[in-house]
Order: sequence, then structure tokens, then C-alpha cells
Amino acid sequence: MASIPMQQGLLLAGILFAVGLAGLLVRRNVIFMLMSLEIMLNAAGLAFVVAGARWGQADGQIVFLFILTMAAAEVSVGLALVLRIYRRFKTLDADAVSEMRG
Amino acid sequence: MLHLLWLIPALPLAGFLILATLGKRMPRKMVPVFGAGSVGLSAIVAILIAFNFLTSTPPGNSYTQVLWTWMDVGGFHPQIAFYLDALSLVMVLVVTFVGFLIHFYSAEFMEEDEGYSRFFAYMNLFVASMCTLLLGSNLLLLFLGWEGVGLCSYLLIGFWYRDPVNGLAARKAFIVTRVGDTAMTLGLFLLFDKLGTLNIQELMHRALVQWPVGSTLPVLAGLLLLGGAVGKSAQLPLQTWLPDAMAGPTPTSALIHAATMVTAGVYLIARTHVLYSIAPQAQLAVAVVGVATLTLAGFSAITQSDIKRVLAYSTVSQIGYMFLALGVGAWSAAIFHFMTHAFFKALLFLAAGVIIESLHHEHSIFKMGGLRKEMPVAFWTFLAAGCSLAGLPLITAGFYSKGLIIWGAWSSTRGSGALWFFAVFGVLLTSLYTFRLIFLVFFGEMKTQIHKRPGFRMLMPCVVLAILSVVGGFVDTPEFLGNIHSFTDFLHLALPPVTEGPLRGMSELGSESLVTLAFLIGLYIAYLFFIRKRELAEAITTPAIAKALHRFWYSDWGMDWLYERVFVRPVMWIARVDKNDFIDYIYSGMALITELFYHGVRKTETGRMRWYAAGIAAGSIIFLAIVLFL
Amino acid sequence: MILVWLIVILMVAGILAGLTGRFSTSWPRVISLLAVSIDFVISLVLWSQNSSYVKLFPQSDWFKQVDWAWVPQYGIHFHLAMDGLSLLMIVLTFLLGIMSVLISWREIQEGVGFFHFNLMWILAGILGVFLAVDLFLFYFMWELMLVPMFFLIAIWGHERRIYAAVKFFIFTQLSGLLMLIAILALYFIHHSTTGIYSFEYQDLLGTALTPHMAMLLMLGFFVAFAVKLPMFPFHPWLPDAHTEAPTAGSVILAGLLLKTGAYGMLRFVVPLFPGSAHEFAPVAMVLGVIGIIYGAILAFGQTDLKRLVAYTSVSHLGFALVGIFAWNELALEGVLIVMIAHGISTGALFMLVGGLQERTHTREMDRLRGLWATVPVMSGVMMFFAMASIGLPGLGDFVGEFLTLLGAYRVSLGVTIAAVIGILISTLYSLKVIQRAFHGPNTHEWSLPDLGKRELLIMVPMMLILLWIGLYPQPLFNTFKPAMQKLQLYAAPKPVMTMVPGARKLPYDQNGLAETNRSEP
Repeated sequence: MASIPMQQGLLLAGILFAVGLAGLLVRRNVIFMLMSLEIMLNAAGLAFVVAGARWGQADGQIVFLFILTMAAAEVSVGLALVLRIYRRFKTLDADAVSEMRG
Repeated sequence: MLHLLWLIPALPLAGFLILATLGKRMPRKMVPVFGAGSVGLSAIVAILIAFNFLTSTPPGNSYTQVLWTWMDVGGFHPQIAFYLDALSLVMVLVVTFVGFLIHFYSAEFMEEDEGYSRFFAYMNLFVASMCTLLLGSNLLLLFLGWEGVGLCSYLLIGFWYRDPVNGLAARKAFIVTRVGDTAMTLGLFLLFDKLGTLNIQELMHRALVQWPVGSTLPVLAGLLLLGGAVGKSAQLPLQTWLPDAMAGPTPTSALIHAATMVTAGVYLIARTHVLYSIAPQAQLAVAVVGVATLTLAGFSAITQSDIKRVLAYSTVSQIGYMFLALGVGAWSAAIFHFMTHAFFKALLFLAAGVIIESLHHEHSIFKMGGLRKEMPVAFWTFLAAGCSLAGLPLITAGFYSKGLIIWGAWSSTRGSGALWFFAVFGVLLTSLYTFRLIFLVFFGEMKTQIHKRPGFRMLMPCVVLAILSVVGGFVDTPEFLGNIHSFTDFLHLALPPVTEGPLRGMSELGSESLVTLAFLIGLYIAYLFFIRKRELAEAITTPAIAKALHRFWYSDWGMDWLYERVFVRPVMWIARVDKNDFIDYIYSGMALITELFYHGVRKTETGRMRWYAAGIAAGSIIFLAIVLFL
Repeated sequence: MILVWLIVILMVAGILAGLTGRFSTSWPRVISLLAVSIDFVISLVLWSQNSSYVKLFPQSDWFKQVDWAWVPQYGIHFHLAMDGLSLLMIVLTFLLGIMSVLISWREIQEGVGFFHFNLMWILAGILGVFLAVDLFLFYFMWELMLVPMFFLIAIWGHERRIYAAVKFFIFTQLSGLLMLIAILALYFIHHSTTGIYSFEYQDLLGTALTPHMAMLLMLGFFVAFAVKLPMFPFHPWLPDAHTEAPTAGSVILAGLLLKTGAYGMLRFVVPLFPGSAHEFAPVAMVLGVIGIIYGAILAFGQTDLKRLVAYTSVSHLGFALVGIFAWNELALEGVLIVMIAHGISTGALFMLVGGLQERTHTREMDRLRGLWATVPVMSGVMMFFAMASIGLPGLGDFVGEFLTLLGAYRVSLGVTIAAVIGILISTLYSLKVIQRAFHGPNTHEWSLPDLGKRELLIMVPMMLILLWIGLYPQPLFNTFKPAMQKLQLYAAPKPVMTMVPGARKLPYDQNGLAETNRSEP
């Protein structure tokens, strides 16, 4: 199996991360923001896997597993919050719920 | 007998304590018993001690009674000890005796006053402090008495505290005298630092040994002590408080602001005469202060309209004579004049008190008049005292004491023609304002009706003092008039005689004749203006320049005006402006800046998640960039 | 051991007072009064034993001490010790403690239990400060006295109590932290040179320091004590705290807390860092004298009676600062008297002002006016203490100020002249109090009860003590002298002398100002 060059893998990870970040900053819907977060997390995970493959170490995969579990936890808490927000404000616009300004 | 010395201040002090604690509860009749009685006892003790001192003079012509050591630290060990010699004996005798007469007088004068016991308590405290001042063997104990009499003076000037004007006068007196005390305190520091003791006799001895004549240190020390003396004795430039001090009850003016306390400065300089004899410049300063004060105050006295203020300026002027005497080294003449002055000036005030009481508290001399027939006792005693003040030749005490000073100003090595001239000119002024006063108050037609006549308790002290004002001078007379020197000789146990310089073309008789002439001129002017031709007095004061001059002298040469602008207002201004403390603004400023910062940072807390995310991202990028590229 | 008991009695009494306060208002008062009185009696007994002890063992450093290991591996000891200086300060502490309990008898009606708890614990903290010779313990006690004081002001104070309490806390806490840093630095430097971890005062005395470091550490201590003293320009917390505190709080603040600052300078700043203290002395003395004059002018400008009295403390404690940094026998003895006499006279003034406020519900002098007619005894007593405050000879304050300046005169002429002028200004504010509040016409037609028996019980002893100090202060000097000589010995060989402009050169001024490391005595 021909190995993919690390540069390409990292480039993909970087692009994914940038897409995720852009989505996070641009979208106002909380669900989409959560999805963008997921993309960013996975981008980071991809970078670990690529790095692990490059040096033939298992560490990369282990960290990716951590990221997966963390992402799952984050999504479950996040979705619960989204439900609460929707019940309370009848909207999912993140800017509309900026109640905690100083 | 001499060991009873401590009783002299202790008895009035006990009187004070009794009156201060129990005065409110004791029957009114008992108040003067304690108040005047304690001073009377003190006077008796003083007389007994004087008798003892005269009959068997203690070795060294002095007696020291050590009560206890005040403190003993680092080579500084002042004692609570009393020192009796000819000088302090004379002073104490006068203070307790005149003090007793005035207390006796007050028993009636203050009878109606609600603060009867308070008055006597203060007066007793005053006598106790004054005796401590006079008897203190070291300068620190003297200073204790010094401040004590200052306090009593303050309390008594402001005795009728309901009127804020009295309070103002009292504060002025206290603060102005304390300005002088500031200098005096520094003088004490200097003396102790250089000579290692504050015991007066020891101090004088060491000064004589260690300091050459005319060197800087004794001059400096002398000038600093002079500062204290000037404040207490109301001499230039700190004389402004005394005329205002007349706001106090008249017996207070008689005792404190005429007879005794204001001469404390004279006593201080006489006590430390050795210091001045090795500091000719400082002594010259004393003489100049005396001469300047006696002249300026004389002019001011001529223009006053309040009977007590005339007397007050006269006091300032007469103490100027004493300073002149000290300044030319005629020590005993100064004390002699102190004694006669205590008699006649106390009497003038007491008699003035009688008049004021009788005329519904009328103070203006222009609203008096014609009282000669109505109040014969007051008239004759006032006349006796006034003649003594003006120096009626041959028969009054003032003539002899003042003559001695004026002769000293001429004949002493430290005297000079100029000093002599102003002193004689002062006699003219004195005679002028004294007879102006007498003519206005007792002659002419009556302007205010008498509403109450004084009783025996007020008149008796006047009569006694009147006799003393006349015969008090016969203890010391010049060569051509009996040549008696008992007073001077006695004082020479403590004070050196005048060092007479080469006689400069005038004998004592010549000097006295010129003094008499000055007296007569003053008397004649007063007679001319206030008896013969009243319209002349008005004519001379109508031109604008005369009016301005009159106002200028009336306001004491504008000194109050000057001090008000130079000292009082700036201090008041700073205190008012800085009420909230500039320094606190620095700290509130710091608090304010912190708060501003908080308000600034607060703005970034928008509550918008996307902003936070962008912030985190930007921050990470910047951080990474720094790590990678720097 | 007796020293521990002194503190424990107070602490236990505080807890008991707090507990009994739940069901009674009189128990806490009685318990507190009893505890402080017992301590007062003990301290008097100690005082009576002190002179014979000093005669027997002139070499010993401490008259009484307790030394328990606390955290031995870090050299922290529970070490209390007493010499003449701390003895006198402790007697003063208990005296004013009794007065504070008595003066609060009627004033405090709410939270009586907790109030007395705080009062007792402040006193315990102050006691600890005066006794601790382990620097860690000292810092502990230093902080211990702050917290209850904060509550005392914040709960029982007047209108702006929270502001005042927070200001007080920030000032003292921040400066205290500087001291903590200095203590730790000293501790580690001492370890690095000797290999021993120790917070012990006697051990740290000989620490070798570079001049630069010594100056920094000295300033750390100095600022902490200067804030407490309070020294210009660190004084602004004082008027607020004093004015807003309840009467007992003001009395303890002015009478005792400020003295811990002066005590700290005497005990720690100069002996620990003699060289840099010497170098710094001109600055300190000038700041002291600015405080004297500036405090007096500020006092003169006030219209709030209590605030006026508060500012006088700034003025009076300036003398202490001047005296401490003049560092000769006369000045130091003077400082002692200033501390004690100021504690009594200003404490009494605060009590009188508190009494007035209790009667009239105002502190504004213009609202008072002409009170002499209705409360003559109170006015007379006020006059007495006002006169003490202006330094009338025969009363305690005069002895202190005179000796301080007599000592300072030998060091610096300029400072002395300025300080004497400061005394002159003190006349202004004292007379202002009398004039504005007590003299004049009784325009507001006050008719008030005069001093009662309880108040006389407080005032008369204080007047007698001031008179006693004014006329026969020798017992105080005798007690203080051995302690002072020890302190001077620690600060030897270079007596702290200054180079203020106008100062005369003294013979020992020449041997090297920059050299700061002291050799072990």
C-alpha cells in the first residue's frame, strides 16, 4: 500500500480545520456551529493519525480515540444545551442568546 | 521656713482642684473663700518666706528646694525644683500679693456671674502656674509655668464663651504667644544641646565659661529666648494679641494682662541675664524691641476709645520700658518698674472695672465723663495710678522706676543717646494718653448715668493699690532725692548692677529734669485738647491725612491687617482647599483608573460565542506566529 | 508560659462572648471586661517584677519567653518574648482594652456577642504582634489583627463603613504582603549564607546582605509599618477608618494599631537593617515631619469632629517616625512616651467624640456649638485632652514630643524647626475643636446629659495617667531603657544618623555610609 505523503495529509487536516473554523465563525445556527466544531476536532484527529503513521507509532491513533470520545461527550452535552436554548429562546441563533455580555 | 516654698504654688493649685471638682456643688459663698483664700494664704507664705530670707539670707543668696526628679534620660535630668533668690522673691511677692487683692476684688465683681467658681478656678490655676514659672529652677519647669499661664490666659479671655468675639480674642492670644514659644522651645533645644543642662544657674555658669563674649551661639540662644519673651510680653512684632485680650473679665485684665503674666518675658530675660551679657547683639535687640514697642504702642494708645484698650496699649508700652531696661543692662530697674507697674496698672484696671460696672458695661471713654464727683474713690485712686503711670515727679512710684530706666538708658555702657531720647519721648506720650483718659472719663459733663455703686470688696483693693502706687517708689530714689537704694541693693543679690559708662555730659538730675519736662508737655497737650479747647481736638483730626494717621494708629500700625493677609488667610485657605486631602486623590485616582480599565475590558465581553471563538483563534495564531518566527 | 495565657485568655473570652451573645447581651460584655481586666492585672504584676529581673540578669535578652517548635523543619517557632518595650505596650493594650469594652457598653446594641468576639481577637492579635519574635509568627499575628478589625468597621461602623473598611483592608493588606516578601527573602538569604532555616528574630539579626538587597528588604518592612503608623503619604486610609469605626474601634485603631507600626520600626526595621535604615533616615525623618505639619493642617481644615481627631494622629505619629530615625537615647525615650501618651489622649478624645455622637447623633461641629453650657464636665474633660494634644507641659504628650525633638535636634536642625512649627499648628486645630463645638452660643439649644458615672470611670483614670506621665515619667523610662539599649546594640556599630540638609556632621558620620553589612554583635 503506497503511503500518502505526510504533507498532503497535514494539508488536508489544515484545510478541514480552516473550513471548520470558518463555519464556526460564519454560521449563526448553533447546530451548524456544533457541526463545525466536529469538523475541527476531526481535523485535529486526522493530523494525529497522519503523524502517527509517519513515525510508525501508535500514539497518534490513541490520541485520536481520545478525541473521538471527547467529541462524543461534547456533542451530547452540546445537543442537550441546544435543546434547552431552543426551549427557552425559541430560536437557535447564537447571537440572539448573548445574555452573558458584561 | 524656706522649706515651705513649695506651698506658694501648691496652695493656689489646691484651690484650683477643689473649685474645679466641687465648685458646682459648694454654696456660692464658699467659692471666694477657697478662691481668694488660697491665694491669700500663698501670699502670707510668700511674705513669711521673704521675711525669713531678709533676716537670715541663705548661703549663696539663694535657696533651692528639690521636690523630685522630673525625668532622667540620656543626660537630661530636669528636676521639679524651686529656686528662690532676690529676683524670684520680689516677683513672687508681687504676684501673690497683687493676685490676692485682685481675687478679693473679683469676689464682688464676678458675684452675679454664673461661672463664679469656674472663674476662681482659672484664676487660681493662673497664680499657681505663674508662681511655678517664677520659682522653677530649670527652664523646662519655667516653660511648664509659662505654658500654664498661657492656657489660663486663653481660658480667661474666652471666659464669657457665649460671645464668639471673646473666643476669637482668646485664640488669638494663645496662638500668637505660642508663636513666640516656638522660638523659645528651639532656644531650649539649643541651650541643652550645647551646654548639656537646662538648670538655669548651671546653664548661666556654663555659658559664661564656654562661650566667648559676642560669639554666635549665645546671640542665637538669646534671640530665641527673646522670641518667647516677645510673645508673652506682647512686644513688637507679637504685641497684637494684648489689646484684643481685653475681652476677658476686668480682674483678668488686671492680673494677667497687666500686672503679672505679661511681664513673664521680662522675668525670663532677667533670669537669664548672664546669657545676654555675653551676647551684646541679642541684648541690643532687646533694647531696640523695647524702645520701638514703647513708642509705637504709645501712639496707638492716644487714639483708642475703649478704656480697656487704652490701658492695654499702655501696658504694652510700659513693658517696652522694662525691655529697654533689660536691653541696657539695668536689670534691677526693669524689676523695679515691673513692681510699680504691677501696682498702678492693676489699679487702673480695677478702677476701670468699677467704672465699667457702674455704667452698664460701657467701655467707650467718649460716653463717660464727669465722674469725678460721682465716684470719688474711683477718681482718686485712678488719678493716683494714672499719675504714677505718667510719672508725676517726686511723689509717685512710676516716676522713680521710670526715671531709673531712662537714666540707665543714658548712663549704661550699653545705652545710647537714641535709646534715651525715645524713652523720654515715650514719657511725653504716656503723659498725653493718660491724662487724655483721665480728662475724658472724670471731667466734663456726665454722659451716662450710674446704675450701681461698687461695694467695699471692690474699693478696698483699689485703695491699697493706690497707696502702693504712690509710696512704692520710695524704696529706691536717685542720688539727689534721698539716695535710697534698698530695692536695688536687695536685687543685686541676684542681678548685677548697671555698668555705667563714661558720663556723657548730663547728670542724673539733668535727665530727670528733662523727663519732668516731657511729662509736663504731655500733660499740657492733654489739658489743652480735652479740657480747654475741645474743638481743637476735632480741628486737628479733620484733615484727611490726620484721619488716615488716626486710623493707622488706632489699628495698631496696621499689623493685624498685615498678619491677617500674610499668615491667617493663607493657612485658612490651605486648610479649606485641602479639606479632602490631595494625597487621597492619588489613591482614589488609582482606584478610578482600575475602574476605567474594568469598563474598557468589559466591552469585549459581548456574550457572542462566535466572537469568543474568533478571539481564541486569532490569539492562537498570534501566539503560534510569535513562537515560530521570533 | 504566662505570655501564652495572656493571649489564650483573650481568645477564649472572645469565643465565650460570641457563644453567650446568642442568648444574652450582658454576658459578652461581662466576660470581655473580666478577661481584659485579668490580663491587665497580670501585666501590672509582670511590670512590677520586671525591674528586679533586669537588675538580676542584665545580660538576658528577654524578661519572659515561650518557645515552642511549630513547624520545625522550616524553622518556624511559636516564640513569644517580652522585654521592657513590649511590656509597656502590652500594659497600654490592656488599659485601652478595658476602656474599649466599657465605652461600648451602651453604644453597641446589635450583634453584641460577635462584636466582643472581634474585640477580643483584635486585642489578641495586637498582643501577639507585640510579643512575637519569630518573624513567621509575627506576620501571622499581624494579619490576625486585621480581619476582626475589618468586621468591626464594616458591621458596626457609621455611614460609609464598607468603603472605609475596604480601604483599610487594602492598604494594610498590600503593605503587609510587601513585608511578607521581605520576610521570606530574608529567610532564604539567611539560609543560603548559614545553611539554617530560621524565622527567629535573634538569628536573622546578623544576616549578611548586600547593601542593595538590605535597602530593598528594609523598604519592604518599612512600608508595611509606615502604612500602619501612618506615615505621609500612606495615611489616607486612616481618617476614613477612624471616622467610620465604632468608638471602640477608633480607640483601638488610634491607641494600639498605629503603635504596632511604630513598634515594628523600633523592633525590626532599624535593628535588622541598621545600615540601610541609617541611609534612609533623612528621607524617613523628612516624611515624618511632613506628616506632622500636613496632618495638623488637614485636621485644622475638618468640620467633622471625629475626622479632625483622626487626622491629629497623622500629626502626632510623625513625631514617632522622626524620633525612631533619629535613633538616640533621648529621641527613643521620647518616642516611647509619644506612643503611650498619644494612645491615651487620642483614645480619650475619640471616646468623648463618640459620647457626643451618642448624645447628639452628629459629628459636625457646626451642628454642635455652645455645648459648654449644657455639658460642662464633658467640656472640661475635652479641654484637658485637647490641651494634652497641643503638648501642654505637665501632660504626657509634652514629655514625649519634647524629648523626641531634643533628640532629633542633635541629628537635624531643619527637621526640628519644622516639627516645632507643627506643634504650633496643633494649637490651631485643638482650639478649633473647643471653639466650634463647646464655646459660642448654644444656638441649637442642646440640652444633653453630662458625663455619667461609667464615662467618668473611664475618663478620670486616663486624665490621671496623662498627668502622671507628664510629671513623673521616670518609671516608664526605667522599664524601657534596658530594652532600648539592646535595640541600640543590635543596630550598632553604626548609630543611625542622618545627613538631612542643615544637619551637623557627627564624628561617626564619616565611617562609610554605603557599608551596610553589620557584623554580629
